[in-house]
Amino acid sequence: MTEQVFWFFAAVAVVSAGLVVAMRNPIASAFWLVSTMLCLAAMFFLLNAQFIGVVQILVYAGAVMVLFLFVIMLLNLGRAPSDLRRAPAWLVGVLLVGVLASQLMPLGGYTRERLALEYTRSTALASPGVVFDSTMSVTGMDPATATLERGVPGDIAAPLFQQYLVPFELTSILLLAAIVGAVVLAKRRI
Amino acid sequence: MSLVGPSLAVSALLFAIGVLGVLVRRNAIVIFMCVELMLNAVNLSFVALSAAYGLSGQIFVFFVMTVAAAEAAVGLAIMLAIFRHHKSVDLQNINLLRG
Repeated sequence: MTEQVFWFFAAVAVVSAGLVVAMRNPIASAFWLVSTMLCLAAMFFLLNAQFIGVVQILVYAGAVMVLFLFVIMLLNLGRAPSDLRRAPAWLVGVLLVGVLASQLMPLGGYTRERLALEYTRSTALASPGVVFDSTMSVTGMDPATATLERGVPGDIAAPLFQQYLVPFELTSILLLAAIVGAVVLAKRRI
Repeated sequence: MSLVGPSLAVSALLFAIGVLGVLVRRNAIVIFMCVELMLNAVNLSFVALSAAYGLSGQIFVFFVMTVAAAEAAVGLAIMLAIFRHHKSVDLQNINLLRG
């Protein structure tokens, strides 16, 4: 059942992403991007990342896309007569993307055993008890079970405020710089 | 069956669609949206691998989202400034840096 739900959201996400590129009206593109992001949030829920899924809806589908729509409407961008690059650049782009997709698609056959084999030439790492991630304190437990036991927000909060405290504080400086930068750039005269 | 493999495949596909948009479109704001799409695709692969290997992946997604939000704010402010100067966000009209 989980798998069918996953494939449904995956299909909707990919089709919406295609329409983001295909739509000529930027506002239509923005709304299809919102649809892609909501489907991705659903996939995060199915992958046992509930907190990230909620943040995805709040921050991406909410805040960032409102900012995009706001700017599109402020600039009053309608349908452009032609919004594609000229023929040679267009064809080179499609070709490059074909190569990229064909190289990346084999990732679909990924399993723990295969990754372990490729990196260590042994299948020892493939067992759930052996992990190369220091945030996994409960050894011998499959991540989904561990999350169920500790609760979702607490699960994220512990490493975020202990092991990754300095990067977390640095993001606040980054956000402050972004706010100041945006105001300086968008203002006519300071 | 675990969802890790299919998630990585979907992530690869979304990333490729984002690259296609960046290479093919001319409207700067649509290109910007395609960059966001690529960031989202990478987030999906982080979450998929964290479902198999532990929570560091999810924390990294948190940081990626912060950086993406900051990038969106600054990028759209730059676009407003460019529009005020050129009266357009079509990248074919904005080629001042071309050698």
